[in-house]
Amino acid sequence: MAKTLVQEFTKGLWDEIPPFRLVLGLCPILAVTKSLENGVGMGLATTFVLVFSNVLVSMLRSLIPSKVRIACFIVIIATFVTVVELLMQAFTYPLFLKLGIFIPLIVVNCIVLGRAEAFASKNGVMKSFADGLGIGIGFTLSLAALGTVREIIGTGTLTLPFLYNIQVMSGSYKPFTFMIEAPGAFICLGLMLCLMNLVPKK
Amino acid sequence: MRDMVKMVLVIAILSSFSGGLLAGIRIGTKDRIEIQQLEFVKGPAIRAIFEGFDNDPIADRFKLTDNGSDVSFFVGIKNGTPQAVTFESFGKGFGGDIGVMVGVNIDNDSILGVGVTTHSETPGLGSKAKTEPGFRRQFAGLSINDSVNVKSMGGQIDALSGATITSQGVCSAVSASGQMYQRLKKQIIEKVKSFKK
Repeated sequence: MAKTLVQEFTKGLWDEIPPFRLVLGLCPILAVTKSLENGVGMGLATTFVLVFSNVLVSMLRSLIPSKVRIACFIVIIATFVTVVELLMQAFTYPLFLKLGIFIPLIVVNCIVLGRAEAFASKNGVMKSFADGLGIGIGFTLSLAALGTVREIIGTGTLTLPFLYNIQVMSGSYKPFTFMIEAPGAFICLGLMLCLMNLVPKK
Repeated sequence: MRDMVKMVLVIAILSSFSGGLLAGIRIGTKDRIEIQQLEFVKGPAIRAIFEGFDNDPIADRFKLTDNGSDVSFFVGIKNGTPQAVTFESFGKGFGGDIGVMVGVNIDNDSILGVGVTTHSETPGLGSKAKTEPGFRRQFAGLSINDSVNVKSMGGQIDALSGATITSQGVCSAVSASGQMYQRLKKQIIEKVKSFKK
């Protein structure tokens, strides 16, 4: 069944939203969603890599020999990750310090390689672009949602990206720091998966 | 055979394109990244030392070579005359190297102030070297030409409680900066004077 461009884009926002439906790319999700700002930063960096690697892989798909396709995909992905890393160092240095090692690790993020292998190497440039953008935005929204819940419960405040802190809970709220530790991330992710599964599939 | 050649060719071309692109972006962002690193890693310490000075020390900087490595110097200007210079040196702490910014008044060779830039000391104990103003303040006014040490080693600095090794590390960094200052003094003063406006 051929899907339209819009459908390729919107599937990444709900039907195939990466961490919840595909349950892929959990390492950065659990590690960086301590706060909303980190989550959004990581999501945007991944989206950038996804879109450009998808487009390039799709453009070169007839030239790349199938035996060495994974190596070629990794070269392409690694290039864009390094580009993101350099740009973040140059323009958003504080965010780069917070995300640290997880930026270079986008290279081995299975969402990025998965989209290159499963989608971009079999579809046209426009469709791959829509797919990359949709999955990327879905990934960013998921990270933002997780980051928001964990930050509010774990610290009582919410850092709006690039703006300022707002106090969400009243002053007497005692921060539940468990939520910004690693086990809190697992539990939060699990509960959100539960909630999403409550919505019946069409 | 044809397949083999094609495989090698495709990967080689792809890699060289990627290398070229990255080199280009690296050259394009190099200066900005350097400024950002100075601003966020060394900037807070430099600005704390140069409190009350009129210029932007990160913009007014120069480089000298000491024992084969480049050292950045930041100039402090007050009332139109350059009076002080600050630079980074390193000492061995408990968890690795401690980077210490040392500000020197070039008129009388006294220490204007010190500030820790990078460290990997124990949080809550050694990390106080960076956050505790009382510890840092002890260095101000000492002569840069004397070696500095903690009191238990016969020196003049009260060590942080529970962090003697960190305190010694900071002291040795300050002493090392004094030796570097003496080695480069002529060049430093010449360069600093050239910032006169």
